[in-house]
Amino acid sequence: MGKSTLLHCLAGLTDGLTLDGRIEAGDGRPLAGRVALMAQSDGLLPWLTVAQNVTLGARMRREAPDRDRARTLLARVGLTDLAGRKPHALSGGQRQRAALARTLYEDRPVVLLDEPFSALDVATRARMQDLAAVELGGRTVLHVTHDPAEAARLGERILILTAGGIETIDPEGAAPIPRVPDDPDTLSTTGRLTRLLLEVA
Amino acid sequence: MNLLRIGLPLLIGLALWQGIILALDMPSFILPGPLRVAEALWDNRALLVEHARITISEVLLGLLLGAVLGWISATLLALSPVAARALRPLLVFSQAIPVFALAPIFTLWFGYGLGSKIAMALLIIYFPVTSAFYDALIKTPPAWVSQARIMGAGRTRILWCVRMPAALPGLMSGLRLAAVYAPIGAIIGEWVGASRGLGYLMLLANGRAKIDLMFAAVLVVALLTILLHRAVDALAHQVEMRQQGMKGNG
Repeated sequence: MGKSTLLHCLAGLTDGLTLDGRIEAGDGRPLAGRVALMAQSDGLLPWLTVAQNVTLGARMRREAPDRDRARTLLARVGLTDLAGRKPHALSGGQRQRAALARTLYEDRPVVLLDEPFSALDVATRARMQDLAAVELGGRTVLHVTHDPAEAARLGERILILTAGGIETIDPEGAAPIPRVPDDPDTLSTTGRLTRLLLEVA
Repeated sequence: MNLLRIGLPLLIGLALWQGIILALDMPSFILPGPLRVAEALWDNRALLVEHARITISEVLLGLLLGAVLGWISATLLALSPVAARALRPLLVFSQAIPVFALAPIFTLWFGYGLGSKIAMALLIIYFPVTSAFYDALIKTPPAWVSQARIMGAGRTRILWCVRMPAALPGLMSGLRLAAVYAPIGAIIGEWVGASRGLGYLMLLANGRAKIDLMFAAVLVVALLTILLHRAVDALAHQVEMRQQGMKGNG
């Protein structure tokens, strides 16, 4: 089963799938309706402005958009000046920041990240990781990534999907998340992850 | 530059036209020369304008109705995959029957006036508009749809706020085709039975051996079609730019 499919299952989109297993939250209530998803494609609708994209969830639920909240969130991700622009006018990094603001606008306890930063260049990716780690603090985040360094920086627990099942790795050191990328502990975790991926592939 | 791009082929075409007449010694009741046709165009301008007005209103009404009907049909088909499977063959069938053969029946059903011509134009453009919009509607990027569903949107909400705006370029390419086809439909309708319109005028002129007037009417139809295509193309371009967010950046 693909990782994106797994995330879709967790979000409650199970049509055409037979789920062998259970999806449970710690409080015993179903997960569907309590998650927000941020994917690799930023999912910004090109005909809406950045601000309208941030409040997209409200539009989808036929609610009145909370413009003040959108303004606050855009300020937090540093896009205040671009709120009235269309996504077309934004860089890749700015688009992912807009997508992050849209995800935060949903204000859900569980956030699913599906390789959201994989298309960004190294510096932009590192900055996005920092921003996401801070802004998503206090929520349950399930982050799918192909990048061992990203997992080593951001993961509290790291699960590896292999053909033989799920392997668990606990990141080294006690540094708070987001960990510094060139910290020896982070580098060591990255190394262990890379080795494991090489062995199971 | 623009003048050269349009003017040069025009000049070559006119030269060829005149050349054939000179080379084959064509009598003007078989193929009149460009000057002769220009003369007919000018002498009959009031007549041509009067009949053109009828044809234009048929074409525009057919185009408008066809676009609206195509829009509604494509939307209904996209909403219901079952209906789409059942009705799509019917849609193709509507395009497979020769519309020319239907023209007399339409005259019978919708009368001698505008109605039957609008119906012809409508029938001829209904398929390209419906088909282009439907194809675009079912090709919405899956990521946009699943995102909307996770946000809690229902099917109609997704259709209205995501799939429809995303499919607008498809509708526009359907309309571009329709702009070229619609005049054909109206002219066929006029051929079969009418007392007004450029198609009627063509037949009338032909029957009275006024070949220069017939050519003048053909030229007017061609010119109108080009203008209509230009106008629809410009409108479609605006809509596409807006849809892609290349316009209206604040």
